[in-house]
Amino acid sequence: MKKIWVALIPLAVFIILVALLFVNLSTHNEVLPSPLIGKPIPAFEHQTLYSNQTITHEDFKGEPWLLNVFGSWCPSCQYEHPLVTALANSGRIKVIGLNWKDEASDADQWLKRWGNPYHEILVDYEGDTAINLGVYGAPETFLIDATGTIVYKISGVLTQKNISQELLPLIDKISL
Amino acid sequence: MIASIGQFLLILSLVTAVVLMLVPMTGYFQNNERMMRTARPLSYLLFTLTLTTFLLLVSLFVLQDFSVTYVWQHSSLALPLRYRITATWGAHEGSVLMWVTVQALWIAAVARYSRSLSLSQVSRVLSVLGVIATGFLAFVLFASNPFEITNPAPLDGRDLNPLLQDFGMIIHPPMLYFGYVGLSVAFSLAVAALIGGQIDEKWIRWSRRWTNLAWAFLTVGIILGSWWAYYELGWGGWWFWDPVENASFLPWLAATALIHVQAVSERKNAFRGWTVLLAIIAFSLCVLGTFLVRSGSITSVHSFAADPFRGIFILVLLAIYAGGALTLYALRVNQLRSRDNINLESRETMLLANSLIFITSTFTILLGTLFPMIFDAMGKKISVGEPYFGLMFFLLMIPMAVLMPLGAQLKWHKDQMSTAIKALTPHFFIAAALTTAAYFFFDTLNLRATAGVFGGFWIASTSVAQIIKFPGKPNAGFVGMSVAHLGVAVFLFGMSMTEHKDIEKDILMQPGQTSTVGGYDFTFNGVTQVSIENYQAQQGSIQVSKNGHDIVELNPQKRFYPKQQQPMTEADIHPGLTKDIYVSLGEQINQEGDWAVRIYLKPFIRWMWFGGLMMMAGAVIALFNRRNKRQERQQVDHVMKERLGIS
Repeated sequence: MKKIWVALIPLAVFIILVALLFVNLSTHNEVLPSPLIGKPIPAFEHQTLYSNQTITHEDFKGEPWLLNVFGSWCPSCQYEHPLVTALANSGRIKVIGLNWKDEASDADQWLKRWGNPYHEILVDYEGDTAINLGVYGAPETFLIDATGTIVYKISGVLTQKNISQELLPLIDKISL
Repeated sequence: MIASIGQFLLILSLVTAVVLMLVPMTGYFQNNERMMRTARPLSYLLFTLTLTTFLLLVSLFVLQDFSVTYVWQHSSLALPLRYRITATWGAHEGSVLMWVTVQALWIAAVARYSRSLSLSQVSRVLSVLGVIATGFLAFVLFASNPFEITNPAPLDGRDLNPLLQDFGMIIHPPMLYFGYVGLSVAFSLAVAALIGGQIDEKWIRWSRRWTNLAWAFLTVGIILGSWWAYYELGWGGWWFWDPVENASFLPWLAATALIHVQAVSERKNAFRGWTVLLAIIAFSLCVLGTFLVRSGSITSVHSFAADPFRGIFILVLLAIYAGGALTLYALRVNQLRSRDNINLESRETMLLANSLIFITSTFTILLGTLFPMIFDAMGKKISVGEPYFGLMFFLLMIPMAVLMPLGAQLKWHKDQMSTAIKALTPHFFIAAALTTAAYFFFDTLNLRATAGVFGGFWIASTSVAQIIKFPGKPNAGFVGMSVAHLGVAVFLFGMSMTEHKDIEKDILMQPGQTSTVGGYDFTFNGVTQVSIENYQAQQGSIQVSKNGHDIVELNPQKRFYPKQQQPMTEADIHPGLTKDIYVSLGEQINQEGDWAVRIYLKPFIRWMWFGGLMMMAGAVIALFNRRNKRQERQQVDHVMKERLGIS
């Protein structure tokens, strides 16, 4: 009889292990929350792509805005392009593009071909602001409120789903 | 079109695996020979189907069919052909398909090379392998289908991760999979034995060959991974205790314990339950490793795009395989009761001690790997790294190194500890003398390096003596063991030297400047821009010389892959028997062309991998061990005598 208990030990250890893995899987937040959420947007100063002026983080204060990191080299940016366009055209929020690690001529061609949805395009060819924002791949999208605080971040492409379920409710909330 | 055929074949494979899982096993329980006979043909069919599916996926990459999501996500028009082929297993979906294909290959091999087993044994083993294949095929089909279509198809793909555009990457995963999956054979055998309620020497001997082969593959896979990390990641390290590295190391440790215990249980009716349990643990750790890598529970350079559904899926598979096997173990293990007594002063005891050391190491490293997850579950973030693993492993390997020669020295069945120790004593002094010499020759060694070097000499010296003194003609088993043990010695020496006597310098260099590191002169001749295949690179030129004699010109690169927007550091290495000269580019500091340059001197680093290859060679040599009839009869006589109490 005693032997059966000994034989049960491996199974018991294993059950504890699986329970731990399961708990971890359900609590583990796979979308690493950007440490910048709730913090002011890092200071920047950038040339714009078309209007030939220099814009800083101060210039957008007063109303919420969306910062969309893109590049002409990035197929996923092209994928989300119609959605960005629709969002900008809806007039619910100002959409600013951050043209990241690109060439001005390529970016221009890309925007001419697919259309330019952006209210303004910042040029970050050195990638400085992208580094400060913790960008690790295009596209990424940041929602910033009227005081210049980062409210939300989406890594990867925008989709109908994350726009309607995540972005729009937040935009409504901070626009009040 | 090809994608649809692939999809269809995948479904057919799953159906075949389900039939393989059910029919022969039912045949076993109903004692229906016709049903049991289906096991072998079904195995061959399963292999044919999965291999064809896999080749179809390869052809999609070669033909650059960007309507397939997996293809455009991981290749591009500019990607050279050889990397288009390897991109097939460069990411999650394809690599799981490869896993299944390799497993089907093992199933077919088991079906082919199992003539020495009875039909009821073969049908059970193949059925259990069918259970595993079914689970993973379902995983491919429902949670990671590589044949998914994107409509409309993009014009160009995203390109393969530059880190994976490399020769080491081409062969590292397949080797590891061969090892991982090979352990499923030992696992199936253990489960089949538990189902039948009995296991005999012949069966263990048969399974031992498969375990040895799987272990050899696993060893090569790990060495390749280490080598790849060394030259590709650009920081000159060779092992990082990264969770995914641990995931491959854990089954290796458990399998090492297993092959040593099998050496006993194939000879004697002893340690039967322990053998079965170790086989279950070893394969369960493979599945656990897969879970850790694929679920996104941990963050690591190896983690593929995380997906909780996949995590749950693999966790369920793990629960079914390991949970089922361990339940069966709890119910049946007492039927496998070992009847032979083991003498305390014998090789058997030493091999048991070996398995305990290795299984303790396994759980120590498993705990370290899981600790961050335990804390994560409590809402804290911690990371466990080199200091914990390095120290624990060092401490656990001390008894291993001390006892290994003793185990090899003691005879089977019954011997005297004092005689064995007496025979080994001279080698203790030889090793001590050599270590002292090394201490002064290499201009002092720290504690861990001294211990490691001593361990290396101690094992080498005793192994050589045991080879010289071996009575009669050495059999393959003995040669294999000696080669593998000498490999451990070589590894220990190389590792201790690399870890503790390396030189790492980060220097700011102006074009034309010469710096001296470790007796070598490094002249920096500036950086030029080059454009190769699908990347551009800044290529440095560094002339290495010693006492005015030119040795080599090294050309480390800072690569940039436009598609992936990813910079990559490609080190250039001048390999050598006693020393690697390793140069990589840091960052450009200013417009005058000054660069931060990393110069590493890595003594004896090749010895480490060479030692690993020797261990692998040992396992392969041992495959050719044929125990002749006479020996076997002698052994039976010996065991019978012991049982009857005459000696």
